[in-house]
Amino acid sequence: MIIFGLEGTAWNLSAALVDEKRVIAEKSATYVPAKGGIHPREASQHHAENMAKVVGSILATAREQDLKIDGIAFSQGPGLGPCLRTVATAARMLSLRIGVPLLGVNHCVAHIEVGKWQSEAQDPAIIYVSGANSQVLALRRGRYRIFGETLDISIGNAIDKFARSVGLAHPGGPKVEELARNAKQYISLPYTVKGMDLSFSGMSTAATEAAKKHDLADVCHSLQETAFAMLVEVTERAMAHAEKSEVLLVGGVGANKRLGQMLNTMCEERGAKFHLPDRKYMGDNGSMIAYNGLLMLKCGIVTPISESHVRPGYRPDEVDVVWA
Amino acid sequence: MEIGRGAEAVITLEESAVRKWRIPKGYRLPELDEQIRRERTIREARITSEARRCGVPTPIIKDVLKFDLIMEHIGGQKLKDVITPALSEQVGEIVGKLHKAGIIHGDLTTSNMILRDGRIYLIDFGLAFHEGSVEAQGVDVHVYFQTLESTHDRPDELIDAFALGYARTQPGAEAVLERVKEIKARGRYL
Repeated sequence: MIIFGLEGTAWNLSAALVDEKRVIAEKSATYVPAKGGIHPREASQHHAENMAKVVGSILATAREQDLKIDGIAFSQGPGLGPCLRTVATAARMLSLRIGVPLLGVNHCVAHIEVGKWQSEAQDPAIIYVSGANSQVLALRRGRYRIFGETLDISIGNAIDKFARSVGLAHPGGPKVEELARNAKQYISLPYTVKGMDLSFSGMSTAATEAAKKHDLADVCHSLQETAFAMLVEVTERAMAHAEKSEVLLVGGVGANKRLGQMLNTMCEERGAKFHLPDRKYMGDNGSMIAYNGLLMLKCGIVTPISESHVRPGYRPDEVDVVWA
Repeated sequence: MEIGRGAEAVITLEESAVRKWRIPKGYRLPELDEQIRRERTIREARITSEARRCGVPTPIIKDVLKFDLIMEHIGGQKLKDVITPALSEQVGEIVGKLHKAGIIHGDLTTSNMILRDGRIYLIDFGLAFHEGSVEAQGVDVHVYFQTLESTHDRPDELIDAFALGYARTQPGAEAVLERVKEIKARGRYL
């Protein structure tokens, strides 16, 4: 079975072709804001302008290799409304034109499924960290249940906000990680966990304040150490509560090496197993949408056009995970 | 004898008392790790005893060391394994008393509640603090509801039962339950 997948919930427009075993092709166009953070309308315009090029490239690959596409998967939500509408419109058109089923995919669940596919995770506690989301989940009775999540902004957003406030360009995460390597000391920042929930907003503001008095490298280091310790702590608490002995890290912030290292240490100390998928599957990508669409179609789940409206607030625990 | 290991501590039984040792975490910077473990040990000792004086069943604290607590052994069942609407109603009453006394538990999951002889004991006050605001109480209740939704079947019945018990002991219950709905909608990708 071969599925075409289209992702475009926020900053990355990406199309891909996958089968059961591998990613056959992937093509992306990344939106880089001229200044500040992601502007939803500008991002959707970027997606619209690049749609023909990105989709065309993947369709050309299918033609060259004489591959028959069995379904069109698209990210139905969660995401930025204008971006989602651009993607859904293109996906509906492709489905009608090629005459194959449409598959509306939950973006969060797709991150999890591609992570499982690209690692050996069986039944892990999942830590999903990105520019928009910070959640700890685990599968229970056919759904990815949310054990803990941020009560205000996501970790990626917290880092980006701080980075912008000290004059680093978007996206700030990789630059903060780089600077943190040259740190000499730790500066105490607010550490806020509430059960399995977290809060990053106060910490981000405090880091901005600290940067006025301290060395930027030290503040970057302190921000990472504080925020990631919070994330690792709630992951461990969720593991104890949900009785899981594996951890899977997914989402764009998962590309940060220090976070992976800390989760790995936590797992070693508990005798648990840590799974880190390849970096190219961490950020938003078309392959994850295609692969989740493949899992759906194999179970006979399709999305009629009449039910293909975008779902900006689509929660992962709304999806029946019948393929697991 | 080790009788339990949570996310942050090892629990051993020594004669008739329990020792809870907050273990070092290698993933955290040593200075941050020490600070967290020390603060939470003191906090847990102080607020566990305070809650008890407010009529909330908690273990009796016998001694406090740097990273260790010695306390009464409550040998019962975790509420996680036995919860029913009637028990969730009882949780509501207890949490109501706690909030009325100006205490926030900070980690209200069904793993931190123990049923013994028909009474529910609240444990693990390491994340507890003093605050009487609707917001803090709302987050506390939200954490409990979230555990019900993630861990238990038919969470709606358990949530409704909690609200009943909570309103019985907490005069400000209505505002708090209203705030929980608002908290739930925050931090979500919209």
